[in-house]
Amino acid sequence: MTTDADRATAEAITSVVAAERTSLVASLIRLTGDWDLAEDCVQDAIERALVHWPQEGMPRSPAAWLTTAGRNRALDVLRRRQTERAKLQQRAIMDEMGRDSAEQAGLPDDRLRLIFTCCHPALPLEGQVALTLKTVAGLSTAEIARAFLVSEPTMSQRLLRTKQKISNAGIPYRVPPAELLAERTAGVLAVVYLIFNEGYGQQEDYLAAEALRLARLQVDLMPTEDEARGLLALIAFQMARRSARFDARGELVPMEEQDRSRWDAVLIEEGNWHLRRAASSGRSPGPYRLQAHIAACHATAAAAEATAWGTIVTLYDALLAAQPSPVIALNRAIAIGFRDGYAAGLAALDALDPKALAGYYLLPAARADFLRRLGRSDEARGAYRAAFELAPAGQPEQRLLQRRLDEL
Amino acid sequence: MKYMMFVVADPDAAAEAEPEDELTIDEWLADVESRGKRITGDRLRPVSDATTVRLSHGQMLVTDGPFTESKEWIAGFDILECDNLDEAIAIAARHPQANGGKLELRPFWTDED
Repeated sequence: MTTDADRATAEAITSVVAAERTSLVASLIRLTGDWDLAEDCVQDAIERALVHWPQEGMPRSPAAWLTTAGRNRALDVLRRRQTERAKLQQRAIMDEMGRDSAEQAGLPDDRLRLIFTCCHPALPLEGQVALTLKTVAGLSTAEIARAFLVSEPTMSQRLLRTKQKISNAGIPYRVPPAELLAERTAGVLAVVYLIFNEGYGQQEDYLAAEALRLARLQVDLMPTEDEARGLLALIAFQMARRSARFDARGELVPMEEQDRSRWDAVLIEEGNWHLRRAASSGRSPGPYRLQAHIAACHATAAAAEATAWGTIVTLYDALLAAQPSPVIALNRAIAIGFRDGYAAGLAALDALDPKALAGYYLLPAARADFLRRLGRSDEARGAYRAAFELAPAGQPEQRLLQRRLDEL
Repeated sequence: MKYMMFVVADPDAAAEAEPEDELTIDEWLADVESRGKRITGDRLRPVSDATTVRLSHGQMLVTDGPFTESKEWIAGFDILECDNLDEAIAIAARHPQANGGKLELRPFWTDED
């Protein structure tokens, strides 16, 4: 019989494990330099907890219990190896066990070492993404493989090669020194943003949810990094809209037609709070903060007509200056159309460099949209057809274009 | 850790290189040698002086030129002894060929276990 107490224990175990797993893996990697050993021993400790805790009750300090179980397991495995290296690894673990917590205070959080090592620029980008999801987020190899549409053995190989390069190439397990910190932090944020973009827009968006958790962890670990707050806010605003983006039949709903009461007010407030904290740093906003401010303009508008398009255009101007990109230029042109009228928007789109956006369906889609609003139906149909050809085949984006064509 | 640092000449990159406030090769050498980070190294004659040798079906084949068809070529090498890859990267980034050429860092194959 399942009692409320059992359920409470199960929930407590899940939340303790979620909170402690990354720290445990990260500290065992620091002590042994062996990524596979660290992951296996932590997994073993978690499985023991799942057996013991429901029977014996929760230990007074679940985190300490898991740490001890993980380290003891590592010591057992290393004793059987009987190599010189294994002896050094055992000593490192035992020294750590003898150290008191006062000595540990002030040292960098092991999770931060783990994140920076997973995202080292000498690793291939796809390896950085996979290893971050595996060791920092704790996803299984099968889950990561599914998200990137590759087989499990392929993903397993990718993870293995990435870990081997860390060891073979001598990538240090550390938080980078001050002179490298800005550049490496940008790399770490880029990996989380990439994970978010890979997941967002998919109806099965567990990767996007993982990216939100990772962005929160990075803010916890680097509270003075205002671009980390910017990235978290950006992801929070976009995640706030996720349940309103698809209708009951799985069709894409454009933002202006979304039911704003279904937007997640808690996530929007989380985004706003981090933007305010980031602004109090006094530094001028970087690309993630600027994008988050744009997302905030949408997320906080009471209705589509009430959107602060003037502010959005100004933010795009700043973003273009910080990070010139044809896609940002396209979004700026669209914002001009909503600020100054559809004809002005069309002119702004036509002023873009078509070569830089060749093959990108959102350029003809944006033209089609303005032409439709201007009542120029024949031209709009032509542009929708061009966009349809370039849009991802069979995806909700392409079906939305077909709907617009049918409506004309 | 030991790293082989290939000093790579790249005519395309050299043509586009902007003048930068970089070290001369003598300054770079003085820096890495004073810190005990360079075991040895040298310049290499151009690929027009290269000879490639291989065995095929028991026959020795000797050909003129390098083993790859590429505009880029290895102009020299340094063997570095560094604490980790970040240190090797920092040394490579200060090499004058980082601007207008490139450096490739390859860890030595070591069997530890």
